[in-house]
Amino acid sequence: MRLITHNMLSCNIKGVTNGFPLKVEAEKVIEKEIDFNPDFLRHMFAKIEWKALVEAACSLGYAELPEDSPDATVIESAADESLLKKLHHALLELHLEEGALVCPETGRKFPVNKGIPNMLLHEDEV
Amino acid sequence: MSNRPELIAPPEIFYNDSEARKYTSSSRIVEIQAKLSERALEPLALPKDDVPRFLLDIGCGSGLSGETISENGQQWIGFDISASMLNVAVEREVEGDLLLGDMGQGLGLRAGVIDGAISISAVQWLCNADKSSHEPRWRLKAFFGSLYRCLSRGARAVFQLYPENIAQRELIFDQAMQAGFSGWLVFDYPRSTKKRKEFLVLRCGPLPTNIDYGHNDSCSDDDDSEDEEDGMVCVLDRNRPRKKQRTNKKGKGREWVLRKKEQSRRKGNDVPADSKYTARKRKSRF
Repeated sequence: MRLITHNMLSCNIKGVTNGFPLKVEAEKVIEKEIDFNPDFLRHMFAKIEWKALVEAACSLGYAELPEDSPDATVIESAADESLLKKLHHALLELHLEEGALVCPETGRKFPVNKGIPNMLLHEDEV
Repeated sequence: MSNRPELIAPPEIFYNDSEARKYTSSSRIVEIQAKLSERALEPLALPKDDVPRFLLDIGCGSGLSGETISENGQQWIGFDISASMLNVAVEREVEGDLLLGDMGQGLGLRAGVIDGAISISAVQWLCNADKSSHEPRWRLKAFFGSLYRCLSRGARAVFQLYPENIAQRELIFDQAMQAGFSGWLVFDYPRSTKKRKEFLVLRCGPLPTNIDYGHNDSCSDDDDSEDEEDGMVCVLDRNRPRKKQRTNKKGKGREWVLRKKEQSRRKGNDVPADSKYTARKRKSRF
């Protein structure tokens, strides 16, 4: 699972009000190189929760993203390629292969096997 | 359709390891899936500016439909309830991310982040109650509600469906409308029972003015007046009064028989040629 997906995913248990962001417990992280596409990153930038992304990237062992969210104008202008490259690496190239996602409110663990998070809920959680 | 997988077992059990492998190694199914997903991407009406969009593939299975999305240059997340199917997808090294989840429990995605969704032959599974806790109405509501939340404004979702009957189709349609979507149904090849494909297109926000019409058999030679109605068939006017059948003592008449034979021919069935004996009554001595 890539961090772009993690950034979209929230806990779905009934009664949980802020199930986002899910904490990441990483056991195995892999990197897969894919083509760099600045247009896609610019398109997605507005939708990304920066703080959650930085935290998740840290727990996968990648700490090069700036703490504060960069300005939208910086992303829009083609000037800062290095920042976009970092964003690209964090969002699309880091894969959480084995580990778990933890709901911040209830502490419920969603295991991640072979890169697939198991988001199935038990019957009493629906 | 007599052997519906929906009637055999719940999806997470029906698509076990062997079924998942069978499904993906059948070149026929692979081809059908690719065609269907290609067709489902058309009504999504994604802007053609070469910027990849972030799509959702609901019931992605082994990632056959996801491959078509990747070929179209889009990014995607796949959702499925069958772990075996997802394992096959991992082996095939699909490009999108995969999630093991039950769409009837809601999707659990943040609001407004997804640019569009497609789903190939999946949503009709929600009409089944496989466990005592399942209630199709609630599950459809949870699904459409969470989908409506996670789609961005103006985004569309396209579902290719195989509803078992009209009641199922209306149940799905009603729940989608209640979630806030506006939408319409597109039928490809509405006359043929085998080739007919049904797409439910939903949109966050009001109906657009340019609705696309279903694909049609190019080889059929109908007169023009019929052609216009061919593409899209509205199912909602089911209260239309039934046509009175014109029958008298002589039966329905030669014209009726000829018309029925013509209809059957258009569907591609083997029909005997018309002759002077067509629709002629047997002699009374029989």
